[in-house]
Amino acid sequence: MAHDSLYAAPPSAGTDTEQTAGRLTGLRAAFGSWDAAVVAALVLAVLVAGVSVQNFATGRNVQFLLLDLVPLALLALPMTLIVVTGEIDLSVASTVGLCSTLMGQLWLSSGLSLELICVLVVLLGGVLGAVNGLFVTGFGLPSLAVTIGTLALYRGLSFVVLGDQAVADFPASWTAAAVRNIPGTPIPAAVLPVLLLALVFGVVLHATTTGRALYAMGNNDQAATFAGVSVARTKFWLFVASGAVCGLVGVFWTLRYASARGDNATGLELTVVTAVLLGGVSIFGGRGALLGVVAGVLLLGVLRNALQLADVDANALTIVTGALLIASVVLPNAVADLRARLHRRRQRANPVAP
Amino acid sequence: MSLTDTGTPDDLAGRRSSGDDRRRPGFTERLLAVRELSLLLALGALVLVTTLRNDRFLSGQSVKDLLLGCAILVILAVGQTLVIVTRNVDLSVGSILGLVAFCTGSLFLAAPGLPWPVALLLGVALGALCGAVNGGLIAVAKVPALVITLGTLYAFRGIDYYWAAGRQINAADMPRSFLRLGNQTVLGVPVLFLIAVVVVAVVGYYLRAYRGGRELYAIGSEPAAARLSGIPVGRRVFAVFVASGALAGLAGVLYAARFGTLDAAAGTGLELQVVAAAVVGGVAIFGGSGSAYGAALGAVLLTTIGSSLAVLRIDPFWQQAVVGALILAAIGLDRLLALRTAARLRGRSARGA
Amino acid sequence: MSPDSPGADRAPLLVLEGVTKSFGAVAALRGVHLALHPGEAHALVGENGAGKSTLVKILAGAHAPDAGRLALDGRPLELRGPADARAAGIAVIYQEPTLFPDLSVAENIFMGRQPLRGLRRIDTAAMNRDAARLFARLGVRIDPTRPARGLSIADQQLVEIAKALSFDARILVMDEPTAALSGVEVERLFGVARSLCERGAAVLFISHRFDEVFDLCQRITVLRDGAWVSTDRTSDLTVDAVVRRMVGRDVSSLYPKQDAPLRDTLLEVRGLGRAGVFSDVSFTVRGGEIVALAGLVGAGRSEVARAVFGVDRYDAGEVRVAGEPLPAGSPRRAIAAGLALVPEDRRQQGLVMELSVERNATLARRRALSRLGLLVGGAERVEAQRWTRRLQVKTSRLSAAVATLSGGNQQKVVLAKWLATEPRILIIDEPTRGIDVGTKAEVHRLLSQLANEGLAILMISSELPEVLGMADRVLVMHEGRMVRELSRAEADETSVMFAATGQGAAA
Repeated sequence: MAHDSLYAAPPSAGTDTEQTAGRLTGLRAAFGSWDAAVVAALVLAVLVAGVSVQNFATGRNVQFLLLDLVPLALLALPMTLIVVTGEIDLSVASTVGLCSTLMGQLWLSSGLSLELICVLVVLLGGVLGAVNGLFVTGFGLPSLAVTIGTLALYRGLSFVVLGDQAVADFPASWTAAAVRNIPGTPIPAAVLPVLLLALVFGVVLHATTTGRALYAMGNNDQAATFAGVSVARTKFWLFVASGAVCGLVGVFWTLRYASARGDNATGLELTVVTAVLLGGVSIFGGRGALLGVVAGVLLLGVLRNALQLADVDANALTIVTGALLIASVVLPNAVADLRARLHRRRQRANPVAP
Repeated sequence: MSLTDTGTPDDLAGRRSSGDDRRRPGFTERLLAVRELSLLLALGALVLVTTLRNDRFLSGQSVKDLLLGCAILVILAVGQTLVIVTRNVDLSVGSILGLVAFCTGSLFLAAPGLPWPVALLLGVALGALCGAVNGGLIAVAKVPALVITLGTLYAFRGIDYYWAAGRQINAADMPRSFLRLGNQTVLGVPVLFLIAVVVVAVVGYYLRAYRGGRELYAIGSEPAAARLSGIPVGRRVFAVFVASGALAGLAGVLYAARFGTLDAAAGTGLELQVVAAAVVGGVAIFGGSGSAYGAALGAVLLTTIGSSLAVLRIDPFWQQAVVGALILAAIGLDRLLALRTAARLRGRSARGA
Repeated sequence: MSPDSPGADRAPLLVLEGVTKSFGAVAALRGVHLALHPGEAHALVGENGAGKSTLVKILAGAHAPDAGRLALDGRPLELRGPADARAAGIAVIYQEPTLFPDLSVAENIFMGRQPLRGLRRIDTAAMNRDAARLFARLGVRIDPTRPARGLSIADQQLVEIAKALSFDARILVMDEPTAALSGVEVERLFGVARSLCERGAAVLFISHRFDEVFDLCQRITVLRDGAWVSTDRTSDLTVDAVVRRMVGRDVSSLYPKQDAPLRDTLLEVRGLGRAGVFSDVSFTVRGGEIVALAGLVGAGRSEVARAVFGVDRYDAGEVRVAGEPLPAGSPRRAIAAGLALVPEDRRQQGLVMELSVERNATLARRRALSRLGLLVGGAERVEAQRWTRRLQVKTSRLSAAVATLSGGNQQKVVLAKWLATEPRILIIDEPTRGIDVGTKAEVHRLLSQLANEGLAILMISSELPEVLGMADRVLVMHEGRMVRELSRAEADETSVMFAATGQGAAA
């Protein structure tokens, strides 16, 4: 008796793939233009606000708008990379808070120079990030749960460090430097390091072997592993980078408000995630671009600033944040769905001859 | 007939006959595997240590405060369990609670003579509506609930602020009967806590003994398989969000009754405590396992830690840090146990082959 | 079976007429018809990609057909979802079990149909008893209260079968259920299928094992490229006739391995072991040689390949590449040492489906293409073009997502990705799984060519003709051990099959 094919059960992989293909192209079309859509929305928001909102287009407002956005923009950079790999870091704001109080405590009691303290705080942020990284990659735990844990832990520790006290006696030369403008412009000098870091993260994500690996592992970490990507190691260093940036933001936050407090930056993590998703990064990982995220950060900032100037209660502005976030995930899907449905209807109208 | 699914003589016998060459899990392992038991032990140890340091910790008033303090968190944690078991998460519960609480206050402001059960029902209905918004958006967007409920966390809170516009509602604006609900006791046990116990019992038993409940576990355990076995996954997930919203609404009404003074910030940041309670209570964050009882115990444990820190004269600022450390410990322990169980089961079938 | 079997002349239970289903531009089924008679087992055979699995999914209610009709008992049947299929009495056993790992075995069997007691509560004791009874009927011992997580594939398959039994299905669809089962388990399964038939049920059986098909089934339907080819009584058919209809061409021409001069030993594996998975695996592969690793599914072949390549760790033994020891656990080092692994599961392990052809083709080689870590100046594009052209990948553009390609072209992209690393040793796991016949021949020609160029090739394959046609030597694994090494001359269907089922070791 002859056997054509003996024992295995080779699953036919082809069909399911083909099935998802149509849907994917729809999504891609929606996402490919997503960057452009966010940039367009940003331009539109700036124009409308500039014309219709009093005091929006003044130098002073631009300065405040940008200063307010520095922490958000900085935190969004490593968050983008982390979300592209399919993970998330919800502990960023708490890390900022802990770094800020540690900076205050060190300034209060260590007698070290402020330069050294700043460096130490950034390093410390890296260590806090490494703890996240260790739990996620070393122990194989979901980053969502781990960073909710460290969110509480780091915030708690930041209260432990300073209690409900605030350290505010930083040298005036430093606190003034944090809000100083580039001479002759209404643009704060603090924007320059943000741009530099944005460039670095942008190049890493879009033009290096590491960036390619990030997208690959975000889409399919098994295939990435088979292709020689060290998934765990890469993710670990991303969390470290995220922590170090948090340290930097902690320093900036402390100096800008001339105050190191346990509740600094509370709740900022959700705004950061919102900005990243609004910028077109897929929460599933594997898709998104840094340009979109930068535009998303600016759009969020401009809208909030303009509405605030227009006398909308600052707290009620969270409606805008929430609505933007929901719209950014619902719209592309709804559009893709609609297209697919229209396509199906057309197909049904002219069925393929058997 | 036994109510539990582990102790019937019939299946014990079945196990014995088939378990000849199979290594039994160790005692500690089994103990830890029953999360409810280890939580009770931890809770007992905590209460014991605290009482030894200060015997007033177990006095009537202190216990009453404790039970009152944990009731709302317990209700929210039970709702969250329903959601997490299906491999989703609802971050908007704190905002729903705040919105419903403020709405309840405004309702009494507008209609002072309203009987409180009506207010309660309306609050639950509003919560369910918010939950339906979550569920509907998730169904349309087909993205993780994390994202949608993060958005509605902001949106519901924003609506709350917009509506409140800086106003505050005081106890004087609310009927006495309603406020009594928040502080009354039956045989020394606060009514609020009794309500929470009823919620835990109902949801816990539903999850364990009803088809609908088991289907939620199936969905969280393996969504694709759930679809293939004909479970209406979308409908169930929608229902779960409505239920979570309704429970958050209930918690909101009870919050109003308990505190009396309300502004738009009520319940801010509560969502993370709720998730923490569920995770500490053994509800796996990626779905498929955990019980409402465990989540409720997790909520009680978190609240008790808060009170005992105060009694032990430990800086209350440590509380949040302890919560964080507990979450990390809980998920770490789960992971460890899962790995060991997997290794044991693998060894079993390798030998069986 | 005799032609005058009891159900032969009864009216069909389930009829499919002109069923058509496309995914995007690819037609998976074109006007297929099929009639299942009560009391009969009906075999559905065809090559991979012939549309069998799609047909199964339509019967299961998981896919809706684009055109065509289903009828049950002569009445039109519309399946809007798996629940409808269940309600109609159709039970499906998939090739890959679909269990809930966190739930108990009994719950897995009775999900949605748990026995109830007062107040509509689940009667757990009754459920466990019923499950135990089902397993007794199947003659296996699985603890109904244990979680499904950690069950072996064979045990999972048995749970699926128990599930199908539990709702007294009128139509039982079995999509290659026997792949992971031992001989005794298969016999038991067939016993159950026959007893269902005797009670008037219809069975649709999909398998690549012709002995089983001829043993169990009364009718055989052949599909090819999504189209119906023939339906006949088993008694009117021979295996050769079925194979000819499935393939539609001469079988032997598919496997053109030419003799290549043998060079030095490139890959040497000594005493490799991983607890509970495989143990004491030793072999060598020389340049210019194609060595096939054969065995049943679950024998540990892919696991050995993964360990050699460094995706999985191993507990014992060592791997040497051209005499140099290869450090364990690092695919990156393995790639640097000249190893390439084309994995078994293209979608999960081989490709990043949402990324472009270009990115996929250069993923394993991105370091070599970069300057100071930067990827600039279209180096990836040039490289991707080179290899997709050589392998004749059919794609509209290199920036198209791999997901939009056909199975065969996807496999070529995987090959391109690994060949681009210019390996000395190619490990290829199921090289032609799920791809069309034409591409199959291309892949075989390519492998032969690569061996000629001096590559050492280790090929894992479950398709016996491929093994026999391509391999210079055949290594056979059984339950995690290397049980037999056969030269090209020694290897034939019987000797490989004997060794793979564990009988060869004794012989």
